[in-house]
Amino acid sequence: MYQMKKTFEKEKTEMRAAYCDTLRELARENDRICILDADLVGSSGVKAFFEEFPDRAIDCGIQENNMIGVAAGLSAAGMIPFAHSFGPFASRRCVDQIFISCAYAKNNVRIVGSDPGVTAAYNGGTHMPFEDMGTLMSIPKIMLVEPTDTVQLKWLIRALEKEYGVFYIRLLRKNAVGVFEEGSTFELGKFARLREGRDTAIVCSGIMVGEALKAAEALAAEGIEAAVLNAFTWKPMDEQALAEYAETCGCFVTAENHNIIGGLGSAVANSLSRIRPVPVEMVGVEDSFGEVGTEDFLRKRFDLTAEHIVRAAKAALARK
Amino acid sequence: MEKNKELRVFAEEIRVETLKELAHLGFGHVGGCMSIVELLAVLYGKEMRYDPQNPGWEERDKLVMSKGHAGPAVYATLALKGFFPKEELLTLNQGGTNLPSHCDRNKTPGVDMTTGSLGQGISAACGLALGNRILGRNDSYVYLVMGDGECDEGQVWEGAAFAAHQMLDHLIAFVDWNKQQLDGACEDVLDLGDMVDKFTAFGWFVRKVDGHNVDAILAAIEEGKAQDQQPVMIILDTVKGKGCELAEHTFPCHHIKFTAEQIAPSIEKAEAALEAARRA
Repeated sequence: MYQMKKTFEKEKTEMRAAYCDTLRELARENDRICILDADLVGSSGVKAFFEEFPDRAIDCGIQENNMIGVAAGLSAAGMIPFAHSFGPFASRRCVDQIFISCAYAKNNVRIVGSDPGVTAAYNGGTHMPFEDMGTLMSIPKIMLVEPTDTVQLKWLIRALEKEYGVFYIRLLRKNAVGVFEEGSTFELGKFARLREGRDTAIVCSGIMVGEALKAAEALAAEGIEAAVLNAFTWKPMDEQALAEYAETCGCFVTAENHNIIGGLGSAVANSLSRIRPVPVEMVGVEDSFGEVGTEDFLRKRFDLTAEHIVRAAKAALARK
Repeated sequence: MEKNKELRVFAEEIRVETLKELAHLGFGHVGGCMSIVELLAVLYGKEMRYDPQNPGWEERDKLVMSKGHAGPAVYATLALKGFFPKEELLTLNQGGTNLPSHCDRNKTPGVDMTTGSLGQGISAACGLALGNRILGRNDSYVYLVMGDGECDEGQVWEGAAFAAHQMLDHLIAFVDWNKQQLDGACEDVLDLGDMVDKFTAFGWFVRKVDGHNVDAILAAIEEGKAQDQQPVMIILDTVKGKGCELAEHTFPCHHIKFTAEQIAPSIEKAEAALEAARRA
């Protein structure tokens, strides 16, 4: 079970440090764990893994397609590979390798794409994935996850070790807003229910979780009770929870650091249209390319704020 | 005259069975199946360690048929070695079959990697070789077969650089240099120049042999295995459609359609070659 913190502040530990530490712990327990990178070892924070397990850490150089294929081959040999690059290059650039060599061939591969959406900040539009989850979503059986903070990330990496399949982990490298108490556990494919409410339900992921919690506070001050649901698994979608909240709330807001086309909003709407059609308002990137700037500038530029969630919630309520 | 008579016989058996498989359909990738028959005979007749009763044996040698459209030739080889009944060969490409047009490791007993999207096999083969090394399977080899046209793909050269850098000396690769791709002659579609020079420049141990001579293929593999620290590339100088008269006289012959009457004389000639090999 998960416990929420009393207040939500930036964590002291970077997500990439938690990622590396967890992988090292796992690698000590399981000699089949290995990692691959495409000349981003310095950025992804896994140097300590390379030092501790030089035989199980492979820097492939700047060749993401080959890296994903090598990961598939390592899986076929019985290893459990984690392969990382920046989000656009780990996903968009490697779609066919992920599709054929990993998924279609039924290999066991974890792909890590870092710097989701606006968190790519100074690297700009070329490095800013608003489409990574959407690009991979139509690959059959792939699981798409975006951990919220270090606590959820550590749990997730350990949970995925026990699974078999192809997984894409959308990983923030920097400091996340801490939401969960240490030791919290979750369920793959199920929303973490962060706040209950009967008027509307906000389905959120990644950096938008903190914004959604702020928005729910602001809405409460105006007498609107919003549920907050953390969809750290985008695929498979928690349709059971959607059905429940469609019944109790009757409308939804989605909040994502991603293009709303092919993203979390689309996935939620897709499920709801079949389960129980109710109004859905979407906060996210509106079919745009990324651009350069500070993360704060970009959050405002692409309307990824608590204020936009509040506005969307009121619009959803008006449509009930 | 080849010394390894049993491998010549096995090669002709594979050729006949592959042709019958494709004849049953009336179309298929005849050219690229025929050109690698001798290689398959050497690998499954002599070089590779495997167990048809236990296709998943972890210590086995593995084959990545990166030119996945040569699946029918692989299936004929596997059936002849007892991985599944020979009768199953006639289910090729039929709905629900275990023998799809391109190799699928989840469907066919004995197929070690799923291929078909060209250029991806080299990376998977590198991963298999690396995994074997990490897991201490020091006697296990990974064999990789790529098409010459396939080498148009950029991923091939990513893999080539990677294999050399990682010193994957238990990776033994082949390019089926049959000089044709789907649209015509390789040198007209996209001329890659000298394959020996290219792979040598990438840091591989390279040999070029007559790809229809089982002795020459065998000797090159043995030579490759005897050295260390470099991946091995054997360029097979082959004829696309080799041993199938109809394909040899069709250009290009990557994928051809034919009637039973059209293919019958080619099968008869292949069967005659098999009989001759048995008598030799």
